[in-house]
Amino acid sequence: MEFNSIADFLDMGGYAFYVWLSFGVSFFALIALLASSLRTQKKIKQTVQARAARDERVKAASQLENTL
Amino acid sequence: MWKFLHPYAKAQRSYELAGTLLPWFAVLAVVSFVLGTAWGLAFAPADYQQGDSFRIIYIHVPSAIMSMGVYTSMAIAALIGLVWQIRLSDMAVAAMAPVGAVFTFIALFTGAAWGKPMWGAWWVWDARLTSELILLFLYLGVIALYNAFSDKALAGKAAGILTLVGWINVPIIHFSVEWWNTLHQGATITKFAKPSIAGPMLWPLLIMLLAFTCYFAAVMLIRFRNEILIRESHRPWVKQLLLKSA
Repeated sequence: MEFNSIADFLDMGGYAFYVWLSFGVSFFALIALLASSLRTQKKIKQTVQARAARDERVKAASQLENTL
Repeated sequence: MWKFLHPYAKAQRSYELAGTLLPWFAVLAVVSFVLGTAWGLAFAPADYQQGDSFRIIYIHVPSAIMSMGVYTSMAIAALIGLVWQIRLSDMAVAAMAPVGAVFTFIALFTGAAWGKPMWGAWWVWDARLTSELILLFLYLGVIALYNAFSDKALAGKAAGILTLVGWINVPIIHFSVEWWNTLHQGATITKFAKPSIAGPMLWPLLIMLLAFTCYFAAVMLIRFRNEILIRESHRPWVKQLLLKSA
């Protein structure tokens, strides 16, 4: 360990603002991209499922005799 | 030649391969990010000139290297897509571009946050910084162009051509610190010589480089799979796959 105490570590030899800003923003950006990629995946799944359900309903309705 | 590759031109096979590889890259990325960040922030010795501000290197250098590496991978995929008409290759380009754009943003941002305490300026219009900014615009251009067409075969072709032409910027970025006078320091590890950095400082840097590489692979695979599902969403295998997991 290069630092003597937690306070020392957080202070980063006086460069706390720049070091923590860099790491904070970078990890935020990496996690945001990952989250958005996973969200897209979920949305695709929902869209395809909704479309399949609709196809089923249309098919079921066409089986009925009392339809126009 | 390389017949074993042929089945992967089929979307379903590529989708499955991506799914098999994904967890390995994801786990390796998390482990190496934790290890590299902890080592770099707390255990690597402080720089004799820059003190603890140099620790920004552990984000800045790997993201900058990967910003160029990702673009080069995109250019290779774009070439394959254009020459051999492999549409999965175009999808790979689209999947990689946002990851590269984020890496470029991180390299620029951490560079500014490092430049302020060391150079006294957040930004200077010198060759290295400007060419890296152009790289960000190229990434955004590729993403925008790909999304501008509803015909994705055409979109892939247009984005592929832009990717290939834009690759000229990559060697310009790399050699900018040698060709022009600049505030930016020269290469530390990406050169044909012994790295000019002490061992205890170098190890966490290499681990962070591994972390960024695995993160790129993992997120690219997620986005590649998304791209396949969107493009193939009317095919029976996609319906079967997605309805089974409901």
